[in-house]
Amino acid sequence: MPALLAAVALAVVGAVTGSAVAYGFALAALVGGAIFWRFVSRRYGSWGYAEREDDLLVRRGVMFARLSVVPYGRMQFIDVTAGPLERAFGLATVRLHTAAAATDARIPGLEREEAARLRDSLAELGEAQAAGL
Amino acid sequence: MSSGPPEGWQRLHPLSPVVRGGRATTAIFVVLVLILFGGDSLTREWPQFVFVALIVVASVVSWLVTRWRIEDDDLRIETGLLRRQSLRFPLAQVQAIDVVRPGLARMFRVAELRLRMAGSSGATARLAYVAEHEVEPLRDELLALARGARHDETPPESDTEPAPVQAEEHVLATVGTGQLVASILLENWWLVVVFAGLLVGFAVSPHTVSRALSGAGFVWALSMVTFIWRRFNQQYRLTVAEGPDGLHLRGGLVALTAEVIRPGRVQAVRLVEPLLWRPLGWCRLEVDIAGRQRRKGEGQAQRGQLHTLVPVGTRSLGMELVDRLLPDRPRELSRPPRRVFWKSPFRYRALSWGRSETCVATTSGRLRRVTCWVPLEKVQSLRQVQGPVQRRLRLASIHVDTAGRSGHATLRDRDASEASRALGDLTDLARAARRRPALT
Repeated sequence: MPALLAAVALAVVGAVTGSAVAYGFALAALVGGAIFWRFVSRRYGSWGYAEREDDLLVRRGVMFARLSVVPYGRMQFIDVTAGPLERAFGLATVRLHTAAAATDARIPGLEREEAARLRDSLAELGEAQAAGL
Repeated sequence: MSSGPPEGWQRLHPLSPVVRGGRATTAIFVVLVLILFGGDSLTREWPQFVFVALIVVASVVSWLVTRWRIEDDDLRIETGLLRRQSLRFPLAQVQAIDVVRPGLARMFRVAELRLRMAGSSGATARLAYVAEHEVEPLRDELLALARGARHDETPPESDTEPAPVQAEEHVLATVGTGQLVASILLENWWLVVVFAGLLVGFAVSPHTVSRALSGAGFVWALSMVTFIWRRFNQQYRLTVAEGPDGLHLRGGLVALTAEVIRPGRVQAVRLVEPLLWRPLGWCRLEVDIAGRQRRKGEGQAQRGQLHTLVPVGTRSLGMELVDRLLPDRPRELSRPPRRVFWKSPFRYRALSWGRSETCVATTSGRLRRVTCWVPLEKVQSLRQVQGPVQRRLRLASIHVDTAGRSGHATLRDRDASEASRALGDLTDLARAARRRPALT
């Protein structure tokens, strides 16, 4: 989106000043934006999670495809964070922690209500199935 | 079994400030001697006196305000003068108990008791120091309480009363000094080469070498020497024994340590075979327990190290101990598909994995061969990862995460369909293993 705006702005500048360089930059911004858009959409498409009976599946990554299985009974605590940009769009990130440091189950870009619902249901399930170390 | 009286607050040993000061104490002693016998007039030296007096007062005060007691199933420690701290350690969560005796502590016949707790915050209950003759009974009492306190998570055993511990100890392995020295030198053979090179260089042209050694080179050499020394000091005459309350580890040259690892607290078992050990058929056996705390004085180089059960021993001895720890370990390991050769030509030959109903085993490492066993009931999470090269070759890796220090075992470079099948299987097996009451 910023790339599109930049391209339009540059095109306007080009039209006003009549410089070919500005047109060139506008074209470059368009192409770059398109590639970036494709990356982002693929990345977005790679995110996913599924609540199963005993565990949570979290999938992410395009270049490095990761699929995590986190049993509810192993969850130690759940984080819900929202950065300034996320807050502006009403989004939040849910992160699951187990006793293992290597676990990286992160679900970004959830609607805030969905994040809260997920957090509560995970906490409930975790409590029901909690297992000792 | 009920613990002591409710108001049974106890202090640490009166000599603890002295021992805890360690090197500072020695320094103070030296300073005092210098002051007293230096011949200088006392008036000139008064700042040093004040300094010494301040340290002494501070350590005595810290001893005065520290007290501990056993409350039902907790160990409570209160400490701090200005910032009062009251720490409560639930004994049910004790992973291991260590008795540590540094050189100075041995001189004064005291010992430190460390309770390693689970959890990534790295809480360790430290009682430093307790009189030597009180340490063993106290440890046994704590262990007995910890066992009793576990009733809420495991079905009660028939023999609930704490059994006499020392009597039933059964020694599994002990390490010879010569073998230990040889093994350390062989594992760090490149260090030996570097030092030999330095010596030769010194003989040829002392000037160049001393120039190279000044500054960073010297610091590096010193750190390496301390690393090797610490390793030797820790593992000297290390003995593994099996008792009713867990595995007993004893050893040490200057600083004596004795640890008890409670049964069923082992997160992973690792068998390491460094390159130059393999012709001799030697191996090192390590176990991983929960909690990522580092031991005091442990440097970067030791962070990856786990609890060593057998610093060096024959492979058959290692496997025998593994069988004891994990009776149902997988017998057959399967190799990865041949095309893995194109991704990791050196590692290819070393990779394999296998599973039984309760345990996963993986091997890896071309030069330093590492075999890792993880009991499925300890699995925290499973991750399947596929990188760009792996996708080309239709491969995938599965990481098995545990709460231990080293973190995880990895099923590296398996066929993609096999990997997703394994992910499903392991998820189911781990769930079944969690539901089963603890076996060991």
